[in-house]
Amino acid sequence: MTENSAAAAAPAASIGKWAPAVLLAWLVPGGGHFLLKRPARGAILAASVAIVFLLGLMMRGTLFQPEGGDLLTTVIYYGGFIGDLLAGILYFLTVWLGYSQPDMPGHVHDYGTKFLVAAGLLNLLAIMDAYEIATGRKD
Amino acid sequence: MPKMNLSHFEASILFALFTSVVLGVITKRTDRERLRYALHCFAYFLLAIFGLSWLMYLGHG
Repeated sequence: MTENSAAAAAPAASIGKWAPAVLLAWLVPGGGHFLLKRPARGAILAASVAIVFLLGLMMRGTLFQPEGGDLLTTVIYYGGFIGDLLAGILYFLTVWLGYSQPDMPGHVHDYGTKFLVAAGLLNLLAIMDAYEIATGRKD
Repeated sequence: MPKMNLSHFEASILFALFTSVVLGVITKRTDRERLRYALHCFAYFLLAIFGLSWLMYLGHG
């Protein structure tokens, strides 16, 4: 409680302090940690995110495209698209090199689609960690 | 790109493993705490996987 109050009361760090680390952490999984001189943690995060993403691709998962419609469809497709996008360069390379798969029926493809989103969400955790390190909230 | 066919169980275990690693790395302050937390998370994932599997199996009769 005391720590939370102290963190809330602390002045906001300037954007120039954390933006490069956050941007790099998004574009290259683990990159923010490398920039902040935490190479071991960066390497573990990079490997974890990349392996989950590659497993998703090898299971022929589909990358979500933003799609409107009813509320549930909008939440699933936009949420999935944002999740995919959070994987950074892995997402862009997949699209640019043509590894993006069409949506196919089958449980393995479905697992793959979930793995691709999960990789992005794991990278989101890494981005938040890089932000906290850059702003001095964490060692 | 090689194709991989994982069962639901294998996919769940791999997801649990890598998620536990990431949670361990980002949450704690020392390496020892990180390892302990990652192992804890993985154990709870396994508990959930086996627990829910048995629940569904018994629920189907």
